[in-house]
Amino acid sequence: MIVVLPIAALVWESKRDGAHTFRQVVSSPEAVAALKLTLGAAAVVALLNALFGTVIAWVLVRDDFRGKTLVNAVIDLPFALPTIVAGLTLLALYGPQSPVGLNVAFTRTAIVLALCFVTLPFVVRTVQPVLHELDREMEEAARSLGASELVVFARIVLPNILPGILSGVALTLARAVGEIGAVVLISGNLPYKTEVSSVFVMNRIESGDSAGAAAVAVVLLVVSFALLLAIGGLRFLVTRHERA
Amino acid sequence: MSIEIRNVTKRFGEHTAVDGVSLLVESGSLTALLGPSGSGKSTLLRLVAGLETPDAGEIVLSGELATSLAPQQRNVGFVFQHYAAFKHMTVHDNVAFGLKIRKRPKAEIAARVEELLTLVGLQAYGRRYPAQLSGGQRQRMALARALAPEPKVLLLDEPFGALDARVRAELRDWLRRLHDEVHVTTVFVTHDQEEAMEVADRVAVLNEGRLEQVGSPLELYDTPSSEFVMRFVGDAHRLADRLVRPHDIALAREPYGSSVEVEVERIRVLGADARVDLVDGEGERLVARIPREELEQLGLERGEIVWAAPAAERVFAG
Amino acid sequence: MRRYAPRVVALGYLTGILLAPLAMVFWRTFDHGVSPFWHALTNGETLHAFQVTLLLTVIAVPLNTVFGVVVGLAIVRHRFPGKGLLNAFIDLPLALSPVVVGLALFLLYGRTGWFGSWLTRHGVQMLFAWPAMALATIFVSVPFVAREVIPTLRELGDEQEQAAVTLGASAWQTFRRITLPSIRWAVVYGVVLTTARCLGEFGAVAIVSGRIVGRTETATLRVQDAYENFDSTGAYTVGLVLAAIAVVVLVVMTLTKPKEQTA
Repeated sequence: MIVVLPIAALVWESKRDGAHTFRQVVSSPEAVAALKLTLGAAAVVALLNALFGTVIAWVLVRDDFRGKTLVNAVIDLPFALPTIVAGLTLLALYGPQSPVGLNVAFTRTAIVLALCFVTLPFVVRTVQPVLHELDREMEEAARSLGASELVVFARIVLPNILPGILSGVALTLARAVGEIGAVVLISGNLPYKTEVSSVFVMNRIESGDSAGAAAVAVVLLVVSFALLLAIGGLRFLVTRHERA
Repeated sequence: MSIEIRNVTKRFGEHTAVDGVSLLVESGSLTALLGPSGSGKSTLLRLVAGLETPDAGEIVLSGELATSLAPQQRNVGFVFQHYAAFKHMTVHDNVAFGLKIRKRPKAEIAARVEELLTLVGLQAYGRRYPAQLSGGQRQRMALARALAPEPKVLLLDEPFGALDARVRAELRDWLRRLHDEVHVTTVFVTHDQEEAMEVADRVAVLNEGRLEQVGSPLELYDTPSSEFVMRFVGDAHRLADRLVRPHDIALAREPYGSSVEVEVERIRVLGADARVDLVDGEGERLVARIPREELEQLGLERGEIVWAAPAAERVFAG
Repeated sequence: MRRYAPRVVALGYLTGILLAPLAMVFWRTFDHGVSPFWHALTNGETLHAFQVTLLLTVIAVPLNTVFGVVVGLAIVRHRFPGKGLLNAFIDLPLALSPVVVGLALFLLYGRTGWFGSWLTRHGVQMLFAWPAMALATIFVSVPFVAREVIPTLRELGDEQEQAAVTLGASAWQTFRRITLPSIRWAVVYGVVLTTARCLGEFGAVAIVSGRIVGRTETATLRVQDAYENFDSTGAYTVGLVLAAIAVVVLVVMTLTKPKEQTA
């Protein structure tokens, strides 16, 4: 009950001033820019995560080195750390007064950086168990049939961990599209440049335009929903072979 | 292609899995590596395939040194106990894999896959996924897959171990017939002595990483070179100071020769044979198998005292 | 060389994105010395912010723990219409943006909202006061205990409970003596995750609280407020405390993590 009602209220409110206002707000240049930025950044982060997350999961499952347990534990840091602090830490290293001379504050790179931080665990944690369960003998069979290491990875390992990667990507996208805490400090929230949809919604509320805010929020909701469905569908396709 | 294993040793940490084993497998033969769990037989097979590298010794394939060759380069077909099916590919694609790697033309691949699927009796299953096949079918697919790129050697690691008894028996016969047709040098690993004896031309018995004896099934049965081999390849019981096979125990109602006094514990008639469970004076149990007629002639009953001695020369003294 | 490439890439990425920035927070906090740090830590606004965060956490965690266990049991052990829907709704807060959550609550409980108008007439203030903030915190941290309890219950099966019943235990006794101990660690892990989420909540609370300094500011809101008012030491101080708590949370998380999730 706590969950369903607020959502219903949201959708209702967005309709309050009529469909015309809805469209007006939603298609205003600022809203559109924010949405494009949000989706674009989310896509980039999803790709980065899919890549690096898989590499990290691989290293955690197949490799062995001192301190591996520590590294494994550290992966969960973004789950434990408040998002605003995450943004702060990135600001400390990659903002003004950066000790390594890298200042990306108030740029779109900063947004991608912040989102990478908070979504880092997702792909790693969804791929790890799948990789762990993988039948190593399939790889040995492929080798005995003449496949090079690259082919073994691309044709045998990858197709089988793909469902895990997709799950992680779905979680990443859902989170990245709605993230606010990590982004709000480091991006500077410059309209049309570094303002993401979540910040846009918040600004609308603070200027009293709750209908406008609700409108964009609904769009965000629909987008998230559509993304999740799409990934779910992809997963279904990719695991066709498991259903007898 | 012949396989020569020269004084090969393999260690895993503290444990020596294979200890100085030398073996020659002739081209075109069907050889079994037989032994209990932990005897090193699977490790030995994997060393031949290149899935493990020896700590000492050499692997020679068809006269050429192969020890440092990766499995990709050895042209050996390998069949795993749990099939190792590529579960994300259809049966057809599984079998075609080795050929696709070698970049054979599409038409050739299609023809060869068709040929092999027919050979293993799966021609109707090409478009199914492994998850939709039974264990026996999956193993046959694995065999077809291993044979597709025309390997010089076929290696099977406990290929029927994961299957139930009836399927196992069928596939055993089928493997023998396949070998007769295809004539690829074949080596398979098993812990089931009956399987080794039934299927293979030659059997190599391994124990704790060492080669105990190698020879034809009959040689191993009739002239075992050690107590271990005798006990492993068929039943054997202690009678006085010797190891005797159940069929080689002769029973009589009076003492004779070197016979020992035993009590009849249990009699079971099994078809044409009878199994007689006996206990000697020291409480040691042994089993004799005698033809039914002999049982009736002796008129044996439970609890009776009779005399037992080794009947033939096929004993292991000491 | 090829063997080490993945390791280097993985560790490099982790250091660049996670570890190095975290280390920097320690550095930055003491940029101007220990004294400003101490001053920022002990001033009224900071202390009050932590109080508010603590209050919200103390309300949300027990509620969601009980809810999580009850719902977990209901979903795994019983059949009822709408079960699948309930399961999906539990995961909903994870997919929603906190801003959307905040907005929805704002609309419901604001003066012109569905509930808001009724509540205002009865003198109850939800918005810009702790009740709405508590609701927001509860909402966003709903899933965690349930999501840990459900797979654990599924894996355990109910044979032990059946055995207990045949031995004469009442429903409550069975629950207390058999079920609860067997899901103990899953619940603990879920509580840890819930607590972390409550401590870290920002977006939803930001909207419903009105950010009245000294009244409705949480620790996370304080960080933003301080930073935007150029009080960087203040921001980093609160940030450091939160980060330190997070590290402790991480340690507890690692220790209580259910086995199937580790590689």
